[in-house]
Amino acid sequence: MLLLIEQVLNGLQLGFMLFLLSAGLTLVFGVMNLINLAHGSFYMVGAYVAATMIQHGSGFALALLVALAAAALCGLLVEVLVLRHLYHRDHLDQVLATFGLILFFNESTRMIWGRQPLFMQLPEFLSASVEILPGVPYPLYRLVIIGVGLLVAVGLYLLISHSRVGMRIRAGASNRDMIAALGVNIRWLYSLVFALGALLAGFAGVMAAPLYAVESGMGESILILTFVVIVIGGIGSVKGALLGALLVGLVDTLGRAFLPQLLQGLFDSSSANSVAASLSSMGIYLLMVLVLAIRPRGLFPA
Amino acid sequence: MSRRVMWILAGGGLLLLALPWLAQAMDESYLTTTVTRVMILAIAAVSLDLIVGYGAMVSFGHAAFFGLGAYVAAILSHHFHLGDALLGLPYGIGGSNELLLVMLLAMLVAAVVAALTGLISLRTQGIHFIMITLAFAQMLFYLFVSLDVYGGEDGLVMSGRNHLPGIDTADDNQFYYVCLLALLLYVFLARRLVNSPFGRVIRGSKSNPRRMQALGYQTYWYRLVAYVIAATGAALAGVLMANMNEFVDPGLFSWQLSGELLVMVILGGLGTIYGAVIGASVFLLLEILLSAYTEHWMFFLGPFLVLVVIYARHGLFGLLQNRARRND
Repeated sequence: MLLLIEQVLNGLQLGFMLFLLSAGLTLVFGVMNLINLAHGSFYMVGAYVAATMIQHGSGFALALLVALAAAALCGLLVEVLVLRHLYHRDHLDQVLATFGLILFFNESTRMIWGRQPLFMQLPEFLSASVEILPGVPYPLYRLVIIGVGLLVAVGLYLLISHSRVGMRIRAGASNRDMIAALGVNIRWLYSLVFALGALLAGFAGVMAAPLYAVESGMGESILILTFVVIVIGGIGSVKGALLGALLVGLVDTLGRAFLPQLLQGLFDSSSANSVAASLSSMGIYLLMVLVLAIRPRGLFPA
Repeated sequence: MSRRVMWILAGGGLLLLALPWLAQAMDESYLTTTVTRVMILAIAAVSLDLIVGYGAMVSFGHAAFFGLGAYVAAILSHHFHLGDALLGLPYGIGGSNELLLVMLLAMLVAAVVAALTGLISLRTQGIHFIMITLAFAQMLFYLFVSLDVYGGEDGLVMSGRNHLPGIDTADDNQFYYVCLLALLLYVFLARRLVNSPFGRVIRGSKSNPRRMQALGYQTYWYRLVAYVIAATGAALAGVLMANMNEFVDPGLFSWQLSGELLVMVILGGLGTIYGAVIGASVFLLLEILLSAYTEHWMFFLGPFLVLVVIYARHGLFGLLQNRARRND
């Protein structure tokens, strides 16, 4: 029972981190109709910058701020220099160009920071554990991630559904020319949305840095998960991204934690372990196939 | 196609034909095996172009069939050399070491898997199709990672290449010509296929599926058949790759390889068949060339791809055709 609570919390933590990544990706896809494979690169930039700042003795808050700024700036540059020219192009052209950007970013980090992965120390005040139940300690930092994810979800909801900027973004998604004719600078609005997505991805990177190794190429493995999330949720829908992220986080974490025990009743222990390992890695893909087989456009098609 | 493009293609073909001699004359025999690899991946890229370029079925899991083909070759060879039965099957159904038989079986396995997964995948469209093909490939990836009997994560070593009557496949030069012949035949068949009535239905259901349905074609089934055909092509390339390296590992199923195949096709130019061959060659040769000069070759390859997208609208082959048209 205690293990279950712990694993559910772990699943929620992974889910909210995936949400930070997928919110930006789904917005960019839904609003600008752009497939951005390089979204994971902003996550990587956030993680690297934060880890470097902390290694040089900066405080956590400052490192977070600088990392967010760096990720947003990278996003802005990429949008203005490259992607702006590709909005009206075929999706496949966007895939090729952003694949090129991935190569560029991965190699740049390798040139700047070398091949060795970095590790980021948590500051004192975040590395404590709290008792979620009497006698059950749980790392505070993972709870903080869950809290941050919830705050971002609420913030995005308010921004998109209840603000003037959000109204313009939604208008731009349904008719770009009309909103431009009404005197809104849609180009800069798009750049802003893109930078916001990059900033959220960088945020996820900073959050992930103390938990996983910070290395070149770290963006791609999580990018695949992020795409799974937005496809399950329905492309363009932030609500779908939230639900999809939590589903993927829970299925992945719980599968890894409990499948080996469940299968032990069926097979002898060594083959149960290897079958369980592969089944739990497949879990989220099975989930996606199931969702798409029943609802070919995801849970909340925008 | 213009005459100039024909000449360029013919020149490229001649160069390929003479390459083993040239490599030996220059004392750079590694060139032969390098180009063999390029040709094998070109076959896989051509098979992907059949569905992406002509049918708008953008598969992000094409490596699955490449990997399946490779593993069929390696597993059959494994049992052949052990002399035991496959999966403990009765009636002594064991492994095989005959290249042609192995190819046939690999294509059959890929066709069955493609038909089963295609039934579900083809219900979706656009980005959802991209992702669902990726999902199936990832499942196969994890399946083979967990198959401890066949090496699991570490992969499986083949003890020697498959046997082909009258040819010494262990000789790199002779194996080179086997792969060259396979590539030429495959390109020829692919061109025939896309220009056949069947190919026209596929192209029609890409540009206007509703009209094709109104004309009475059941586009879903046509697309499924095209998907299966493309999968068999990738499996064929996979068998050759397993023979080339005499080694297979789950990395053959990886989404990175699927992505690279897709990049080769787009780089060369969609829906031209020749473009896929050019794309595969340029992508892999640039990789090799750049990595000879700098360890950070990706730093240059990345922006190159971006520039190709922005300035060469229909890929490298499109660029070639446009230049030729301007000069004619």
